[in-house]
Amino acid sequence: MSVKLTTRQVGDVSVIDVSGRITLGEGSSALRDVLRELTAKGNKKILLNLGEVTYIDSSGIGELVSGFTTVANQGGTLKLLSLTKRVKDLLQITKLYTVFDVHEDEAHAIRSFA
Amino acid sequence: MFYGSVSSYALDWFMAVDTGAKKVLDQDYPSTLESVDLAEGDILKAAEVVGFDEDDQHKIGMSVRECMVNAVVHGNKYNRNKSVHVSVSTAADKFMIGITDQGEGFDLQEVPDPLHDNNLLRHSGRGLFLMGAFMDDVKVRRAEPSGTEVTLVKNIGPQA
Repeated sequence: MSVKLTTRQVGDVSVIDVSGRITLGEGSSALRDVLRELTAKGNKKILLNLGEVTYIDSSGIGELVSGFTTVANQGGTLKLLSLTKRVKDLLQITKLYTVFDVHEDEAHAIRSFA
Repeated sequence: MFYGSVSSYALDWFMAVDTGAKKVLDQDYPSTLESVDLAEGDILKAAEVVGFDEDDQHKIGMSVRECMVNAVVHGNKYNRNKSVHVSVSTAADKFMIGITDQGEGFDLQEVPDPLHDNNLLRHSGRGLFLMGAFMDDVKVRRAEPSGTEVTLVKNIGPQA
């Protein structure tokens, strides 16, 4: 299954629901395109819901990092929601878990942007 | 840490000595991203036959994916005249994967540490590190006449 991304607005927070695989090629470029589109529109609060992500490789991790820095460079914030165990493990062994603001509950994550 | 070199072809040595090893895959793949999926699938079939559980299969598959991406993208640079050679050997206690590209090779000493504070936010450069994290042993050597050979080893049984 390739990646599927759906964007919805909750207040002033843009939530991107991601499902499938974020790997080199279509998966990572699709995520990059959506994040660029949102930042170009001036959206500064972005929550990336990774709850349905089945697989992520180092290219996918690279896109998460690039998204984080791209949004930050525009004066915004990118946070992560609902990591699967494998994604959480990957972020921990790459020491990125503490770089991102990670949430398990969407309502709590939305409030944290205030 | 996992960066090391071997003085001879690790897989050939493994086959030559009396380890009871059996070669279960020996194939060339074109330098395309489709080959990454194909090689991962082929090797995972072999890993399943050996009896690795789902978690180990995931680790093996991801290591193969990272290695194949390096071979296709950075080694062979998508050159359709170059291929990636993949072999898999199994013995009673080891599952060994060899992945060799035909690129120009690289200096391991120049690969940045992805865990260094200055490198944490780099877009790329985590592939080799992840292989080392997920496999029991990873060896990298220059292939002859050119290219890079990576050997990925996963232990089987109690030592795994």
